[in-house]
This record gives sequence, structure tokens and C-alpha cells, in this order.
Amino acid sequence: MSHLESNAGAHAGYSANRALLAVAAVLLAIPVVALLWVDSYARINPTLAGFPFFIWYQFLWVFLCALCTWAAHRVVLIARPRRPLAGRGVRGKESA
Amino acid sequence: MNTGINYPALAVLVGLFLLVTVLGFWASNWRRGTGLASLDEWGLGGRTFGTWVTWFLLGGDLYTAYTFVAVPAAMFALGAVSGFFAVPYTIILYPIIFVYMARLWSVSYRHGYVTAADFVRGRYGSKPLSLAVAITGILATMPYIALQLVGIQAVLEVVGLGGSGSVIAKDAPLFIAFALLAAYTYSAGLRAPALIAFVKDTLIYLVIIVAIIYLPSKVGGWEHVFEAARQKMMSVNPATGNPLGVFIPSSQSYWAYATLALGSALALFMYPHSITATLSSRSRDTIRRNATILPAYSFVLGLLALLGWVAIAAGTKPIGLDGVPNAQLVIPQLFEDSFPAWFAGVAFAAVAIGALVPAAIMSIAAANTFTRNIYREWIKPDATHAEEANVSKIVSLVVKGFALVFVLTLDKQNAINFQLLGGIWILQTFPAIVFGLYTRWFHHWGLLAGWAGGMFYGTYAAYNVINPVTGTHFAGSLSLIPVVGQMGYIALTAFAVNSLIAAAITVLLDVVRVPHGPDETVKADYFADQGDPRVGKRIEMEDERLVRADSTQSRTQG
Repeated sequence: MSHLESNAGAHAGYSANRALLAVAAVLLAIPVVALLWVDSYARINPTLAGFPFFIWYQFLWVFLCALCTWAAHRVVLIARPRRPLAGRGVRGKESA
Repeated sequence: MNTGINYPALAVLVGLFLLVTVLGFWASNWRRGTGLASLDEWGLGGRTFGTWVTWFLLGGDLYTAYTFVAVPAAMFALGAVSGFFAVPYTIILYPIIFVYMARLWSVSYRHGYVTAADFVRGRYGSKPLSLAVAITGILATMPYIALQLVGIQAVLEVVGLGGSGSVIAKDAPLFIAFALLAAYTYSAGLRAPALIAFVKDTLIYLVIIVAIIYLPSKVGGWEHVFEAARQKMMSVNPATGNPLGVFIPSSQSYWAYATLALGSALALFMYPHSITATLSSRSRDTIRRNATILPAYSFVLGLLALLGWVAIAAGTKPIGLDGVPNAQLVIPQLFEDSFPAWFAGVAFAAVAIGALVPAAIMSIAAANTFTRNIYREWIKPDATHAEEANVSKIVSLVVKGFALVFVLTLDKQNAINFQLLGGIWILQTFPAIVFGLYTRWFHHWGLLAGWAGGMFYGTYAAYNVINPVTGTHFAGSLSLIPVVGQMGYIALTAFAVNSLIAAAITVLLDVVRVPHGPDETVKADYFADQGDPRVGKRIEMEDERLVRADSTQSRTQG
């Protein structure tokens, strides 16, 4: 990723691998889309140990969502490695 | 009910309550920082909390006693759309906050921001917009604190305390509990609820796991529970001619269910108490790691919601000491009916202590907001760190006092109405805060206009929700979404109105070239982490003061 580090310094801390960030975004979007799509799970069957599908499916997503978030976190850490910021002198020259 | 005071339960409740009181006072010695009286120390615990402390703190903060009382109560009375939406809400919450809370942490760490309005002030250089965010935060938090008291009241009422007798005897237990809470929050700041959260969450997990294993078998198994719930929800409400509630959402309530979940998830981390707990963490990564492990609480909340249906199967009759049915009492009542007295005491303590943690954090967060964004901004701009901490400590007492008066003098329904409005209002600060973390495209006057439009629309729409039986206003949080033509969460519709106005006014102001305010942040600030140098006028002032103090000290020593 040396090509990304070429502009460290002035841009320290925020240059990132955009493709990997997109992967992380998809991982984070999956649980949100799945649970907002109520039509896909608002039903009684198949039941599991007496629990309607509506109930156990959403409980299942507690774990799937944690898994997705965890994976997204790993990906983000690779996509944007930590680069310590320079001291105060850097400020003032930069402007957003 | 009406069996008098349940002494074994009361003894356990009082014992556990005393334990957390001792912990609360001792907390001022816990992980003691520089000893410097400042908002960073008192109001953010020195920004030192690691992953696990933050997990307990956020869990203790977000999953409040009122949630534990109200969600099963909604399941019991109205079914899945009103109650179980809390489950998808608290699941999708975490991928959503994963995206922007780390940024908010970084820029706040770098510039010493304590509140969301601090960030808005720094980002847009706009005092009115910052004030709007601050006031919305305080307004939304106050009724939330009051509702924590309602949670404690529900427990006390079921134990047999506080329903009858003179005014003093009636309210004394609640008053004492809150006075103790106020005292140790005053002395220990955010460290007190952080420590008590360990006890609270342990008790909650213990009680829910026992309840969910033991109770369904007692009432005939899960299949029977779901059948009883289905029958109750399908039965016709004689007053309206409609079904009593919702067992599983039908196609007419998909939008309601999804918008309630999404709107609530977007709103939750705009509340000052969520932001306070997030900013108190040690590093940028703490909140993201927590997004992975906090769903454990969502699982427990889901189980708790189902207890509302267990209560239907168990035939629980939640009737208050005044003889009036009150669904809010359903969980404490279920526990008292089904558990041995001592364990019911443990369960009651879990709910009561569960109220103390959020009440403490909320009052600290509201106090920080007042101090930084009203007192320092508008009243005394040159306030020192020590003065800020003192003002915050006093305001935290005032806020709690206000909540107590609110609950003791007004009808409980007012607190519930205001909390409903609070959820709608707080989401209207989202564009200024979260959009601002990514872009300066929006004009601060545009954001302020959007905020005003969202607040107005949300309040108006909520006022127009009328209970078909009693004819009262603010009867719910759903109304028809314009254009879509389905029932949906008012907060989310208001948020859309807000964003559209903000964008339109921004375009307009840019055309006529009204200048944007100054921005004191730079892009790298949004990725800063623990150990990076901090900037900002106030931090530099404080550093210089410390350096001067150090050199004075070394001179006198030398």
C-alpha cells in the first residue's frame, strides 16, 4: 500500500483503501436492509421450538449483525491503518 | 397485589440499593485522574474508559429501567409493532453508529468537545445552531430522566410501598433514592454510574436469564405463550371495533415497524447521555469494538419483550395500588406473582438500580450541555475548567430535582408524552451533527431552518395523534407519511422534512452568497486517536497553566 502512504504527512490519518471501505460498507448495510425488509420475515412459519419465524429470525440477526459488524471492523482497520498525527505545527497550514 | 408490603423482597431491594450507594460514593476514588476539577474529569470520567467499562456503561445507559418496564408493557397491551420493534431497533443501531461515532469521538478528543453542541459550534462557527442542538438535547433528556423515576415507582408500588397514606409517606422512598443518587453523582461524576453499571447489568442478566428459563415452563411452555398472545391480540377491542393489538405485523404495518426501528436507531446516539458515554471512552476504537459486543444487550431486551407475552399466558393482572389497571406494572407484577419473595426482590433491585445508572448519566449529560453551550457560550465566556465543573455539578442536581417534581406533581402520562416528543425532537439534531461529521456542504442557517421545520412538523403531527377511545392528544408516535401514504414513525418523517429544508435553504443561500461560518476543524481531526496531540484554544490555555504550575513547583522545590 506504499502508493497510499505517499501522501501521508499532510493527509496523515485519513488516506484509505477505498475498495476495502466499500466492502465494510456492504457488511454494515446487510443487517440494516435485512431487518428493515419486514415483508421478508413477518410470518409465523416455520416455527422453531414453538417460536414463530418472526421472533426467532430477529433473534438470529442479533448474532449475524454482531458478526457483520465485527468483520467490518477488521476490514476498516486494514483499510485505514493508524497513522499518528503530527504535532501542533501542522495545523494552521491546513484548511478543510 | 394489595397484599401489603412484601418484606423479604423489600429487604433484598434495600440491601442491594445500599450496596450501590456505597459504590457510588466510593467511585470518586476509582481510576482517579489528575485530580483537576474539570468537565473532562467530572463529566467524562477523564476520558479513560476502556472497552469493557464502556460496554457496561453504554449498556447501563441505553437499556434503561423505563425500557425494561415499557417494552414488555407494550408487548402485553398492544403486541409486536409497539413492543418488539425494539429488537430490530437495537440490532441495526450498531452498524449505524459504527459508521459515525468513531469520527465524533476523534474530533471531540482532538478539540476537547464534551457535547454534540460543542462540535456543532466548532464545525459551523454558528452560535444559534449550537444553541438549538443544546436546547433540543436538554429538552429531550428531561422527560427521559423523569421516566426513570416512573420505573422505580412501578417497582415500589408492586412491593407495596408508596401507593397510599400521606403525601410524605407515599413519596418518601422515591425521594430518598433520588437524593442519594444526586449526592453521589455530585461528588463522583460519571465514575459513579460507570461503577454501578457493573452491578446493574449483572443483576439484569441474572434476572432475565432465570425468568426466561423458569417462567415459560411454569405457564405451559412457549407454544402456549405464543398461542395466548395471538388470541389476545386478535380479540376485538370493543371500543374501536379493531383487533386489540398486533401478533405479527401485517402488510399495513410493515412501514410502521421498519420506520420505528430505523428512526429510533438514528435518534438514540443523538441523546446527550449516549454521546457522553461514548466520549468517555479511551480511544477511537473503543466505540467500534463496542458496536460488536453491545448487541448482547439487544438479545436480553428481546427476551424481556417476550416476557410481556409470558405475562399474558400467566394471566398477570397489573393493577396499581389505586385499583386502576396499569400495563406498566406488568413485569414487576409477573415477577412478584411467580418468583419466591427474595428473588422477586433481586428482580426489583435490577429494575430500580437500572433506573439509577441512566438517570445519573442523563443528568450529567444535560448538565454538561447546559454548562458548555449555554453558560459558557452565552453567560460567562471566560469560565475556567474548575468553574465549568462546579456549574455542571449544581445543574445536575437541578435537573434531577426538576425530574422529581415533574413525576410527583404531574400525571405520569405527561412524562410519557414528553418522552415520545423527545424522541422526535432529538432526531432533528441529526443533520447538524452527523452530516456535519462528513461535509460542510450544508449552510448553518439551512441546518437551523431544517431543524425548526422538523421540530414543528414532528410536534404538530404528534399532537394530531388522537386516542380513539379517550380523545386525548399525543396518543402515539405513528402517523400517515405524506407521499408514501403509509403509517410511519413521525420522527423519521420529520427528519426527512428537516433534511429537505436544510438542503433547499443551503442551495438558496449559496446562490445569494451568504458566507458559511468559520470551521475550526480540519480533515485529519476526524481520524485522530488516543495519543495524538490535542488542539484548540481552551486546551492550549489549560496546558500552559499546567506548565506554569509545574515550573512554579520546580522552582520552589529547587
